[in-house]
Amino acid sequence: MADTTTRIQLETAVARVPGEASAPRKPPVTATGFLGWLRANLFSSWINAAVTLVLLYLVVRWVIGFVEWGILNAVWSVPAGQTQACREVQGVGACWAVVTEKHRFILFGTYPYEEHWRPALVCALFIGLYVVSAMRRFWNWTLVPIWTVTLTVIGILMWGGVFGLPYVPQERWGGLPITLILATFGLAFAFPLAILVALGRRSQLPAIKAICVLYVELIRGVPLISLLFMASVMFPLFLPEGVNIDKLLRAQIAIILFAGAYLAEVVRGGLQALPKGQYEAAEALGLSYWQKTGLIILPQALRLVIPPLVNTFIGFFKDTSLVLIIGIFDLLTAGKTAIIEPAWQGFGVEVYIFVGFIYFLFCYAMSKYSQNLEAELNRHRRR
Amino acid sequence: MQPFGPILSRALGVAALGLALVVPDIARAQQAPAADTLGAVRSRGTLVCGVNTGLAGFGQPDAQGVWRGFDVDYCRAFATALFGDPNRVRFVPTTAQARFPALQSGEVDVLARNTTWTLSRDTSLGFDFTGINFYDGQGFMVKANLGVRSARELDGATICVQPGTTTEQNLADWARAHNINFRPVVIERLEEVVGAYLAGRCDAYTTDVSGLAATRSAQQRPDDHMILPDVISKEPLGPLVRQGDPRFADLMRWVHFLLVAAEEFGITQANVEQAAQQDQRPEVQRMLGRTGDLGRMLGVENDWAVKVIRAVGNYGEIFQRNLAPLGLQRGHNALWTEGGLQYAPPFR
Repeated sequence: MADTTTRIQLETAVARVPGEASAPRKPPVTATGFLGWLRANLFSSWINAAVTLVLLYLVVRWVIGFVEWGILNAVWSVPAGQTQACREVQGVGACWAVVTEKHRFILFGTYPYEEHWRPALVCALFIGLYVVSAMRRFWNWTLVPIWTVTLTVIGILMWGGVFGLPYVPQERWGGLPITLILATFGLAFAFPLAILVALGRRSQLPAIKAICVLYVELIRGVPLISLLFMASVMFPLFLPEGVNIDKLLRAQIAIILFAGAYLAEVVRGGLQALPKGQYEAAEALGLSYWQKTGLIILPQALRLVIPPLVNTFIGFFKDTSLVLIIGIFDLLTAGKTAIIEPAWQGFGVEVYIFVGFIYFLFCYAMSKYSQNLEAELNRHRRR
Repeated sequence: MQPFGPILSRALGVAALGLALVVPDIARAQQAPAADTLGAVRSRGTLVCGVNTGLAGFGQPDAQGVWRGFDVDYCRAFATALFGDPNRVRFVPTTAQARFPALQSGEVDVLARNTTWTLSRDTSLGFDFTGINFYDGQGFMVKANLGVRSARELDGATICVQPGTTTEQNLADWARAHNINFRPVVIERLEEVVGAYLAGRCDAYTTDVSGLAATRSAQQRPDDHMILPDVISKEPLGPLVRQGDPRFADLMRWVHFLLVAAEEFGITQANVEQAAQQDQRPEVQRMLGRTGDLGRMLGVENDWAVKVIRAVGNYGEIFQRNLAPLGLQRGHNALWTEGGLQYAPPFR
């Protein structure tokens, strides 16, 4: 297509200057293709050339170093608990054996070993749920039964106690399922809460407005860690005797409340960005408040705030790792616990790379998806 | 244009569903911190034991996710005494900050989590310590080539220490008492503080001697590091329960004494069955329930001792299994007959 355009342009150019009929010439090889790109972008002046060369040198050195450390000199497995081979290469080679040996603990924590297929299936179900929910084809009522069934199955798989599955108490759950549960439930609950709070903050009713402002400001005024401490340390002491809410649920509620406050402000940003005419037009059509909000305002407002929304989502996905301070074995805590054993002390980098890679996969997927979504939903705005 | 109204209501539906999923767990809430802890534990059928979130040798999950360690074995011993089954215990990992509220609120029945017995914890926090299963103390580790032979020679030294616990305060108290000037390097995370010490950022590293030994044994050449003989604080560690149920506290207390006495009498995991049948010593016969009614007096079956020792072994075996691999010596934790402090009152 580009070729045709060029040819057409060239032909018109030729047509305009009669008498100079000659075959279209190719530009010099140094101005096109890869070489041309290099010249224009990386070596356009001697300073740029120097910077390019220095950076290239550093990158190559780093890549060589990483390949040597991570692949060539690495120890991939050792006999159980015998870390001598790893200690010998410490500093020059990675000890992936720690991941080989402990990967099931890092992924599933203290969940009973022979039942690990259950949390594994739960992770697969969560990912499946994300994929299905991300497809626009499913953006209709079918999502309700899909979520209902999937979450029920996840609950059954994790707790067990029915269909011949042994019961697994919550404090034995750990690893990736905990991270996914906290993130999924946290955001699934926080998002509707955030929309209500954002609408409430713009409400004409002083009581509702005051409550929403108070909620947002109170929650935003304290760090997540102190909320988690509150939920795990103080809250049980206030409960009447005999009532003891599950630790994971307490942390989950703290995360929902926290995420809700932040998301509410993001959504409010979208609401404020809408021109007043939209509100007035909706009212002129005789729509009720909820019709106006649901059909006119929110679809436009939420579309505007996709980038900050995803930003907050990604932030909270990683913030779930803070539950380590209240003794819940999420992915990161399980990774840290795996290297406490004296035999494996000192191989933290390998475990952190492994855990970091898992976090990266999820966050990158979220980020990539949001880019597509944004492009698709904002197609009408592009000129 | 995609209407978001239906999406909103859908999201709310999902929210309601999630709530329905988690609510049963409230109903499954644990028992009250009632005065009758023993009765509550019995009716629940499992003991809930608060353990460390991860401390080498004392309590940490292994690669299979099974809890292992010195304190963990104590939890198993408690469960065996109560129910005759070492598996009827649930381990709740607790952090240093959350451990006391967890016990106060009844989230756990007993805390076996290397906790130092102090007066204030025993009184104003409302706990009862049920014995000292490990005598620890704060010490110093230095590089062997530093040439320091005693902590008194550390004047002017840089010392790596973790914040928050009593360790930092003990260090300051000790330095003031002995008129020693030092520069603290305070680092929160264990791996980083050890890393700083190994990298030479500080001359000495201070924490409990058990922790020092574990760190030292994990090094490539443990002999390059030396634990100084000075111990600057007393850290008697033991399990603790809520005040208010002396019968439960008694049982926990006597499980510890049983483990110590069993070692003293030479009764091990391997020979306990045989000893229960054949041992002629009257106290052993009483202890193992062949004669007398000691178990019933504690509120458990008379053969509780046999089951406990069969499940976890005696004190020496528990020590050997969990702490010896860290390079820890018995030291103060040897039996009183061998110059240590572990001593059990008579079984009669």
